Amino acid sequence: MSNTTTITLHDIAHSRAGDKGNRVNLSLMPYDPAHYALLAEQVTAERVLALFRHRGATGCTRYDLPLLHAFNFVIDDVLEGGVNGSLNLDGHGKSHSFRLLGMTIEVPRERLNRP
Amino acid sequence: MSDLFLVGNGAGFSGDRVDAPIPVMRSLIKRGLPAAMFFECLGERTVALAQLERRRDPEAGYEPMLERLLEPILADAARAGIPILGNFGAANPLAAARAIARLAKRLGLPELRIGLVTGDDVSASINLDSMAVHEADAGLDMSSWKLVSANAYIGAAPLAEALAAGAQIVVAGRTSDPALAIAPLMHHFGWAEDDWQALAVGAATGHLLECGSQVTGGVFWDPGFKDIPDPANIGFPIAEVGRNLSLLITKPEDTGGIVDLRTVKEQLLYEVHDPARYITPDVTLDITAAHLAMAGKDRVAVHGLRGAPRPDLLKVTACYEGSWLGEGEISVAGPNALARAKATADVLLERIKRRGLARRARADLIGVASVHDSDDGALWRGYDGPAPQDIRIRLAVEATTRDDADQASREALALLCCGTAGTSGARWRVTPRILTRSFLVPRDQVPTETRVLPAREWN
Repeated sequence: MSNTTTITLHDIAHSRAGDKGNRVNLSLMPYDPAHYALLAEQVTAERVLALFRHRGATGCTRYDLPLLHAFNFVIDDVLEGGVNGSLNLDGHGKSHSFRLLGMTIEVPRERLNRP
Repeated sequence: MSDLFLVGNGAGFSGDRVDAPIPVMRSLIKRGLPAAMFFECLGERTVALAQLERRRDPEAGYEPMLERLLEPILADAARAGIPILGNFGAANPLAAARAIARLAKRLGLPELRIGLVTGDDVSASINLDSMAVHEADAGLDMSSWKLVSANAYIGAAPLAEALAAGAQIVVAGRTSDPALAIAPLMHHFGWAEDDWQALAVGAATGHLLECGSQVTGGVFWDPGFKDIPDPANIGFPIAEVGRNLSLLITKPEDTGGIVDLRTVKEQLLYEVHDPARYITPDVTLDITAAHLAMAGKDRVAVHGLRGAPRPDLLKVTACYEGSWLGEGEISVAGPNALARAKATADVLLERIKRRGLARRARADLIGVASVHDSDDGALWRGYDGPAPQDIRIRLAVEATTRDDADQASREALALLCCGTAGTSGARWRVTPRILTRSFLVPRDQVPTETRVLPAREWN
């Protein structure tokens, strides 16, 4: 058995999306604070930006909040014009929290220690 | 003066559950502490849509659910001395004040003191072309846009002024969302306008409560992962704020939903960009040192909030019209649905192109990829997963005229006969497009006015 396993972020974390203009922010919080370091290593701003490149996103900044065991990703130019300009059904981009949660990561089994 | 003040929220946006305020008001009254309740009813474009309503009818343009939201709680609130604040004035705060006066008289409350705060509407007073564009909007092309509305996000001071003048209900247009919670706290505790630490706690109170159920289980529940009790009856939030600047988030008893570390974290970061600088007109909030602790069932204490001086510039959101959205939808299901759906989408786009109906068009394959997709359909075109059995094809166009948008949307209808085998279920519609852009404007160019009169004097 391999000593790493592939999981989605949805298996160990939760997220909420918010919008302002043509930007979206995605929070990301592990259910277990012990997984904060794991997310800090694997869920980089570059990887998150790559999830939204097809929509023309131009940049992503990650803010770390270790006291809250949370991350905040701010993605620029991702809403195809924003809530009012977009032709997308989801002009707010509120569904994007679940695009982030669909990201897969490779995790050493011993670091998961889930029940 | 009590050391604890309660702030309840009755609505998180225009369109929220209209029966939500009732248990919140009941809980505030039952607890018997000094309290206030606020309604946040304005999204980025709500004011523009309201402005278009007002053009059609000079007495319209305020929150359409206003009477429905207030009628069940207004008399009880007045009796208990619990003021209500709201930006439910939208594009026509004066008409909203008159509507509240009519409601109050009907409820036998002719002496109810109604406060009106105006000054947020800067569409006639400020030349936006000379103002700085807010950074989040820097990339947008605004040629050919026509101004509908321009409103400044005003702060808590004029709202607190109305409370000081004895207002039992305060109606405003565009305010910052947190200002609706800061104002009653400022008024009750006598916070100074430059007490950044106190105002930071007030801003966090407003920020956590302003979206109603979003801190008590709304947009949170994820069956099997984040379950909440009774999602059909989520209790809207109540904050307990101490004179010592303690802050605790809870909700009414006997309601559904949940308040825990997860719900509060999600809402604390909602619509936040730099967590060290969450800017409101009253204070700059820093949550980088914030931490949370459970303090009982459905009770979360928020610690470590920090405040920094407010900005010199106020945000103004301007709304423009000028184009039309046409949408048409149709469905396919069963064997070979994916191939039929892709062909349908391509044909719709080809028809729009041939007829020259749109400036911009996209097709979605709902059930394959839509909300996460791009205008060019990168996700559904590249889809290679299991065969979906039920797909709705959606066409969306931006058109210069209403007629072009209508003609484009009817291309979905035409597929009832011209489409692939088994195509059915057409719907089509046209809506005016409202575009927004935000500017930064010097504070002194946005004077506000506060007026408080009993219901019988509002005509």
